[in-house]
Amino acid sequence: MPLTTPFHPRVEAENQAGLWKHWAGYLVPPQYQYSLTAEYYAIRNSVSLLDTTPLFKYKVTGSDAERFLSRVLARDIAGCPPGRAQYTCWCDERGFVLQDGVIMQVAEGEYWLTAAEPTLRYFRVVARDMSADVEIEDVSRAFGILALQGPHAHGVIRQLTDDATPLRYFSVVRTEIEGCPVVVSRTGYTGDLGYELWIPAQDACTVWDAVMDAGRGHNITPIGTTALKMARIEAGLLLMGADFHSSRFAWVDEQRETPVELGWSWMFRTLADDDRDFVGRTAIESELQERTSRWTTVGLAVDWHDYERVYTDAGVVPPRHEVYSESTMSIYRRGTTEWDYAGYASSFTTSSLLRIPLAIAKLPLDLAEPGTEVDLEVTVIRRPQNVLARVGRMPFFNPALKTAPMAEEGRS
Amino acid sequence: MSDAQRYDAIVIGAGHNGLVNACYLAKAGLNTLLLERRHLVGGATITEEVVPGFKFTTFSYAISLLRPEIVHDLELVRHGMMVLPLVNTFQPGLDGEYLLLGADADANYHEIARHSPADAEAARDLDHIIARLVRALKPWMDRIPPNSLSDDPAEIAAMAELKGWFEELEPEVRTMFETFRTKSAAEILDEYFENDLVKSLYASSGIIGSRCSVRDRESGLVWLFHKLGEYDGEPGHWGFHKGGNGGFTQVLARAYESFGGTIRLNAGAARVRYEGGRATGVQLEDGTVLDSDLVVSALDPRQTFLRLVDPDDLPSDLVGHIRDFKFQGTAAKVNFALSDLPTFPGFEGRDDIFMGFTNLGPSIDYLMEAWADCEAGRISRRPFLDCSVQSTLDPDMAPPGKHVMSCFVMYAPYHLAEGDWETERDNLGNTVEQTIEEFFPGFSELILHREVVTPLDIERLIGLSEGNIFAGELFEDQLFLNRPAPGWNQYRTPISGYYQCGSGTHPGGCVTGGPGWLAARQILGDQAS
Repeated sequence: MPLTTPFHPRVEAENQAGLWKHWAGYLVPPQYQYSLTAEYYAIRNSVSLLDTTPLFKYKVTGSDAERFLSRVLARDIAGCPPGRAQYTCWCDERGFVLQDGVIMQVAEGEYWLTAAEPTLRYFRVVARDMSADVEIEDVSRAFGILALQGPHAHGVIRQLTDDATPLRYFSVVRTEIEGCPVVVSRTGYTGDLGYELWIPAQDACTVWDAVMDAGRGHNITPIGTTALKMARIEAGLLLMGADFHSSRFAWVDEQRETPVELGWSWMFRTLADDDRDFVGRTAIESELQERTSRWTTVGLAVDWHDYERVYTDAGVVPPRHEVYSESTMSIYRRGTTEWDYAGYASSFTTSSLLRIPLAIAKLPLDLAEPGTEVDLEVTVIRRPQNVLARVGRMPFFNPALKTAPMAEEGRS
Repeated sequence: MSDAQRYDAIVIGAGHNGLVNACYLAKAGLNTLLLERRHLVGGATITEEVVPGFKFTTFSYAISLLRPEIVHDLELVRHGMMVLPLVNTFQPGLDGEYLLLGADADANYHEIARHSPADAEAARDLDHIIARLVRALKPWMDRIPPNSLSDDPAEIAAMAELKGWFEELEPEVRTMFETFRTKSAAEILDEYFENDLVKSLYASSGIIGSRCSVRDRESGLVWLFHKLGEYDGEPGHWGFHKGGNGGFTQVLARAYESFGGTIRLNAGAARVRYEGGRATGVQLEDGTVLDSDLVVSALDPRQTFLRLVDPDDLPSDLVGHIRDFKFQGTAAKVNFALSDLPTFPGFEGRDDIFMGFTNLGPSIDYLMEAWADCEAGRISRRPFLDCSVQSTLDPDMAPPGKHVMSCFVMYAPYHLAEGDWETERDNLGNTVEQTIEEFFPGFSELILHREVVTPLDIERLIGLSEGNIFAGELFEDQLFLNRPAPGWNQYRTPISGYYQCGSGTHPGGCVTGGPGWLAARQILGDQAS
């Protein structure tokens, strides 16, 4: 039997489509309504509410917490002072990514972390090996998490607490909603204005109700995981299990990826200025210096005319409605050689807002420059067809509201 | 005068087609001036904050037929284009019955099957054959139509291509096309459906904005026309633009300015200037003269040919066609600011029924009674209403918890048998209010503000002759080869350098943008040669 999240009574009542899927052993709706597009546009046009409780949650405390995190995490934890959050990743000694996640220092020396897969024992082993005075606690079941995302998110959160106004992008605050202790962070997985709320499990339904009440006038819409995933491609956010896999359970290096290969070299911009001995440092430094990355991760914007053409020529309507896929799609070099394999797309969606198909793709470095043209293989009436696509800069969608100050006089 | 008064191109009328046309011209590098008589751009595609916090789509209220190429060519997404999907269509009856159709094909089957399992199955067949037909027609929506009167070899070839295309259509698609051209909506629906609620839901598309009944032959093509659009490639589906349809023309205005174009508001064109059969500029209503060898009218055919230029300078057959061009507006708008959503008995607290079109016209007889009043020269006593509560999808259209409701009204004939539109204005508003009240008891108590837009308002405010929302009827003798007149359906006029790009040209009204786009293609092609 799958677990249910502490919001389940509310989620179940809202799930009009009656569809369920499993996420990390929990029962969650991939969508609540018949219209996925309506859920997607709640993110982009009004405000969406997503239950992300199935993420693994850890608390890291103790006098050596910062020392430990600066060893185990690849990105420098010094950039995450109290009241701030940080998108980060952790790697193995060979510089391959184990996981990514968001860490926040909710109080001096107290860090909370979300991860897609378990990492308690691994962290404890690293802590033991460095003799760190640190406590790592699995609090996965103690909290429910709600993501409140969309241009009207601030209009909702400001009705629930004064403490989240203003709240800078990637800042965190402890507050109360309906008398329940809640941690609010200005974070999310949609690329839009948004907040995430850590709520004690026993208070989950109380806070859900308060959020839904506050959101009523803003057309708040509970959304499932599929609309979220459509939005995250536009936002250029990678998904473990689709765009990369943990090095931990890979069989061969071909299945492993370094942070640089995932396009995260920005995490190491200050590497020359710090002497942190983080796990994987030697390998990552060497990769950066020797330029030994095997590929890189880029956004692909599919040429709209060409996409229309291959379907229209076959006599069918191009599939542009609610297409989201994590199946591998092959990419070829354009040139005289036919089917000259170059790489692959790991996620694909037909963006309703941007009106072009988008993909996240792995390409060799010589094809990674923005504007480079490649062929993406699609299937048209059961036959492979190549469609022109161009390397683009992610994020494809990056509204000013995402990082706007959202002071009291701000919008909504 | 100074150089500032001279432009490479002047476009008259900043409705959506004028904007689209001006965008393409400016993008091609022409120093372009767009003239607008009113204080805002958009023409019939505007959003106005009539009451603080409440945004009304004064005239047009939804989007579907907009040509996809325009969105890409003009990079409209970058300038804020966002079309929200209609989630549901609600067709309430007066007897407690209803149809609530949504995004799921199987759920829709079962919803229609409550009324008739055979109809539920027929709806699938009908929707699919229409989708196939629409796909076949699409290339002709997106190209300059052939000139049926020309002896130019290219035009003769294009006419032959058209004939060949028709002959090569798959037989059932061709048959369906013929059916739409020759039969009324009601006749076609009788072949597919038995249930009146189902029939009337489909049938209402056959009368939108047109002076015909669902039993008149013209309603077949009017219905088909309204299915020519798409949402995310889904044929026949509609959306609301963020911020109302005016949000869309604001996007176009931003795109236009990004291409370096200039807009002049409160600048109505009095006449187009020309000499020796060549356009030389525009004279504004205030007497200002602006010079340009290229002048484009986005106004309707009556204004383009009979007002802006002297019809005596035009060929008499063209003038005859334009004088006979049917406008005969029969539609009105009533827009409401509401304190809450209306309630359908049994559906208390259900917001979702309003997330799309709410179609008030539950039987063929209902629609025919509405038509009988129109024929008698009066407002339908029980009108067909196409209602949109845009604030259910777009929270920025109304204050939190409050709503705006746009109601498209059929029929409200421009030519009244008795009285005039000033005296009938309140009657129209009251009639609409009472009609909604019949379907949604308690509706009247929710009204915070009411705006009535008569056919005469449409004509006076935005210049659409006789208040025809499509800039001329969408009847077969006024479409494609004949829009606005045979031989003059390729955006040119008899005056060299003077072009037409309004909805009175192919592919027509309904916020397609096609006229503005295809006219620009013709203009830029002519300039290059």
